[in-house]
Amino acid sequence: MTVYKRSYRPYEGLLTSERWRFLVVARYGLQEVLESRLLVAFLVICCLPFLVEAGVVYVANTPSARVLLGIDGDAPSPMRREFFMGALSFQGMLAFLLTAWVGPVLVSPDLVNGALPLYLSRPLSRAEYVLGKASVLAVLLSAVTWVPGLLIFSLQAGLAGEGWLGANIRVAWAVFAGAGTWIAVLTLLGLALSAWIKWRLVASAALFAVFFGGTAFGEMWREVLRDPWGRLANLTYLIGLVWKDLFAIASTRPMAREMLDDRRGADLPVWAAWMGLAVACGLCLLVLNRRLQAREVAS
Amino acid sequence: MPAVTPVIELDGLSVRLGGREVLKDLSASVSGRALGLLGPNGAGKSTLINALLGFHVASAGSARLFGADVKQAKALRRLVGYMPENDAFISHMSGVRYVRYMAELAGLPAEQALERAHEAFFYVGLGEARYRKLGTYSLGMKQLAKLAQAIAHGPRLLLLDEPTNGLDPPARLRMIRLIREIRDAGRIHIVISSHLLRDVEECCEEVLILKDGRIAAHCDLEEERRANRKFVELETLGAGTAFTGAVTGLGCECAFYPNGAGLARVKVVLPETVGMRELFRLAAEHEVQIRRMNYRRDSLEDIFLAAMKDVTGDAPGRPR
Repeated sequence: MTVYKRSYRPYEGLLTSERWRFLVVARYGLQEVLESRLLVAFLVICCLPFLVEAGVVYVANTPSARVLLGIDGDAPSPMRREFFMGALSFQGMLAFLLTAWVGPVLVSPDLVNGALPLYLSRPLSRAEYVLGKASVLAVLLSAVTWVPGLLIFSLQAGLAGEGWLGANIRVAWAVFAGAGTWIAVLTLLGLALSAWIKWRLVASAALFAVFFGGTAFGEMWREVLRDPWGRLANLTYLIGLVWKDLFAIASTRPMAREMLDDRRGADLPVWAAWMGLAVACGLCLLVLNRRLQAREVAS
Repeated sequence: MPAVTPVIELDGLSVRLGGREVLKDLSASVSGRALGLLGPNGAGKSTLINALLGFHVASAGSARLFGADVKQAKALRRLVGYMPENDAFISHMSGVRYVRYMAELAGLPAEQALERAHEAFFYVGLGEARYRKLGTYSLGMKQLAKLAQAIAHGPRLLLLDEPTNGLDPPARLRMIRLIREIRDAGRIHIVISSHLLRDVEECCEEVLILKDGRIAAHCDLEEERRANRKFVELETLGAGTAFTGAVTGLGCECAFYPNGAGLARVKVVLPETVGMRELFRLAAEHEVQIRRMNYRRDSLEDIFLAAMKDVTGDAPGRPR
């Protein structure tokens, strides 16, 4: 309708599918966060380690490149699982920083500005709203964790030749599942803190507090009480255990450390790590469920 | 002739919030184009709107929109446009982007949503400001932007919660004109919650008055206007329940407002068969001085005041 015909008219056209309506929230959320040039720059920086890792993979599998760089050894050195887990650990840290940056701006502005009743007065449930917002973080975190991780894996598989892929297919699964678990924890934590705390800086600080405070608490508990179960509060430790299990990497602690750990209380079982992460996610969902109401005050 | 499905049906609807019953056993059926929800603060107007949107679950009874239970909230919300009472916007978004976003959430494809967002902005008179960030809008502009997002997806029912809140007189007139235009477009039903009688009187055909979570009155303003009943407002000295009882005995409707020191205002609706002479006779019999007398037409204010006074919790204060 031309703008000079200013009269109300109903809409009688087609409607989009309700099933994928949460993607509207995700799309607008992504566009919004990517408007920040600083964030885009940070995303680019997050991808730099993968260029280095791709370089390492290339050199490790290319004798001529090793000779050129003056590295000993004629035979290509096969990339081990520890390499991929190390890469995932580093990217996991960057994903954490990204969550601290983006997470707080996802939900709290809607709560502060009273926009939630507008969302929820549309054919959009609270779960879909959360799913849409979570998708924003999930996409960004995927872009710096498992997506490049699997690209490195593919590069390695391509360069290493036959046999390597079949013997190490577990690594691909470990990269995907390990990153996915970390993304789920970070996303829910980021959203829950954003729903709970309306000030961006405070919410970011709270995310750091959850991780570093949890680590400090868990290790103090272990030291003082000689009991490893306090480490359930240490999310970094829990995800590390899960990753080790997924990559099937045995503990490489030296004998002296092993004996010391026996006195302090050794590692938690892997199931406990999974349970700890699941409980953390559950708590975040509880916070979201409590905070994300179409809150209206009866006049 | 096929039966018309009521727009809103309330069937013993009760809503509890925080352990308190905010809406109590509301029953009504509304089919008109524009319904005004009136009542003092805390009467339950916004709670009723939230219950219609499915935000609050009924503790008893049910509510239906276009014949469908509001428990099917998701399906019904396609048909509803909602303008909340409080600030509700996304401050760092431009106006047109905000309305487009909301239209897309209502189910419009992206291109249609953009087109409708532009139209809606021009329609409410914010065309020139549509690319400005919402955070820079004045209160009146924010109200209009809220109206734009409520109508952009072409709803069948528009729920407006205090649409003229905080508007200066010209902006209020503009908002009222827009609401009337939308109403007169003919394909949309409007519910306006307000405590401003004039707003409701200017826009609505039907009025539901709430008090303490109950329906105090439900009347058709058009019918009331058509009836054009004779109202007499008396300022009296010495009038009491005996006098008003005697007036009621003549077949009149009567409302009594004591002003202290024996003074009272008595509003009387006179049937055709009762003349003024009868009132004077009763006043003389009960030794009531009539100090002043006004003929008045029925107004929403009268209906509202009567409802506020008469409601006992068991029955509406004024018959339909």
